[in-house]
Amino acid sequence: MNQLTHKNAAVTRIALYLFLFATVVITVLPFAWMLSASLKLDKDVFTFPVRWIPEEPRWQNYEDIWTKIPLGRFIFNTAKITVIVTFLQLVTSSFAAYAFAKLDFKFKNQLFLGYIATIAMPWQVYMVPQFIMMRNFNLTNTHMSMICLQAFTAFGVFLMRQFYMSVPDELCEAARMDGMSEYRIWSGIMLPLSKPALSTLTIFTFVATWNDFLGPMIYLTRTELKTIQIGLRMFITQYSSEYGLIMAASVVVLIPVIIVFLSLQKFFVQGIASAGLKG
Amino acid sequence: MQKELKKNLIAYSFIAPNFIGFAVFTFGPILFAFILAFLSWDGANPIMWAGLDNFKRLFNDSQFKTSFVNTIVYTAGTVPLTMIFSLLLAVVLNQKIAGRNFFRTLSFFPYVASLVAVAVVWNMIFNPSMGPVNMLLRNMGVENTPGWAADKNWAMFTVILFSVWKNMGYYMIIYLAGLQGINPELYEAGDLDGVNGWQKFKHITLPQLGPTSFFVLIMLTIQCFKVYDQIYMITQGGPGTSTLVLVYHIYNTAFISWDLGYASAIALVLFVLVLAITVIQFRGEKKLS
Repeated sequence: MNQLTHKNAAVTRIALYLFLFATVVITVLPFAWMLSASLKLDKDVFTFPVRWIPEEPRWQNYEDIWTKIPLGRFIFNTAKITVIVTFLQLVTSSFAAYAFAKLDFKFKNQLFLGYIATIAMPWQVYMVPQFIMMRNFNLTNTHMSMICLQAFTAFGVFLMRQFYMSVPDELCEAARMDGMSEYRIWSGIMLPLSKPALSTLTIFTFVATWNDFLGPMIYLTRTELKTIQIGLRMFITQYSSEYGLIMAASVVVLIPVIIVFLSLQKFFVQGIASAGLKG
Repeated sequence: MQKELKKNLIAYSFIAPNFIGFAVFTFGPILFAFILAFLSWDGANPIMWAGLDNFKRLFNDSQFKTSFVNTIVYTAGTVPLTMIFSLLLAVVLNQKIAGRNFFRTLSFFPYVASLVAVAVVWNMIFNPSMGPVNMLLRNMGVENTPGWAADKNWAMFTVILFSVWKNMGYYMIIYLAGLQGINPELYEAGDLDGVNGWQKFKHITLPQLGPTSFFVLIMLTIQCFKVYDQIYMITQGGPGTSTLVLVYHIYNTAFISWDLGYASAIALVLFVLVLAITVIQFRGEKKLS
């Protein structure tokens, strides 16, 4: 009997490993293909069976992409928007969340309900009126439009508030007794405590802004203003058969997100779990 | 009294920086969306009151019907597949196995990766004539290899496969958080009764994950309703209208035909769909808790 359970356990284990192996292969293969193709001549990209490590890696591809398209310009634009949006999001969200979590004031519940009510509202529902409004403000074809669009989200406030709710009130009470102002409590006590939540919000905001496609596609039509995603897409459409170059540009576009993700991922799993994203 | 006022003012000063931006750029446009759906406007000429005309037009718009049905088909395909794979992956990555953290990080890559970049790779790998997938199928003796994104019967399936691949890692993390919330004593009790792995999964893990699965179901469904980017990158809504979805139709109506009022009416249909799901979630949460 006991032996049978052991045997069963072993079989389950092997099945789990097989599944894991298959998933890893499926997850990694497209990235491996991208990297491999980025070092090939266009004519060698589709040779079959796939030669994963190119015989003569063509590093030239990584030089050519900077002159074929204004890739540097696109990256600069995107980095600028992403950094400003992420910074504004972190500061204003954690600031507002502190009031919602730790202060009592008039219309608190009504204001918070206003935020909550829009969390599930897809941006696609109001992107058209928002565009009309931005056009009236003369903000189309400016990076300001992208910043205004993404820097103040209900999601950010909600995520930070959930985290602050888990910090004991006594901590703030004691600080108030010591004569600390609310601003000092926020900057001196709450902010340092909320590293996991801030990291989670940073990853979400950074990734969403860096990878945003539809927003820049609607708002930024002038080439010199375009972000990397739109720029890359433009490149793909214009030079559809220059596979090596397209793949090299794609690798370059992936790098910043992967760096941010890897440096903050330790907090991330913890953050998702603790921020109450489970519902 | 004065103290009360000061307290309120301090609190408002905390909220103001975010709230002003939020009110102007999100809340305002949302209210405007509901009005716009009753207007007729091309963005240049004077605005006209349209009453219910925009909503009447929905019934005679074959593209709207197609995009509505396609959105439902996309959702019906993507949601269960993503749920199954992300749950299985979470269960595996919750075991004590070597390199667990490495695999967790790895499986999250597709989610954070730029859609434009991975979609173009996907299109190359699934290229009907030269792509490695079809080459492999041909080598295995399959004669009529699928046309994938280029074939109207396969295009939707190709997009669904891509979406599952892209989002699996994210929902895996949510499932993982759910798994870690399960009381280990339940499994120990199962061990004492000599229950095997599959039975444990069926009788302990699945029921305990009920609330998590419910949350994933709702989030995924809403996410699927508003799909656009994947479709744009992989099929551009085609071939024909085989992958035309609601947001694609909204985009075309607004920013290509400049039929702004009508676009907003279609957008309200999307809103009603999402609202219905949210109400179900609200009811469900009450029931579960």
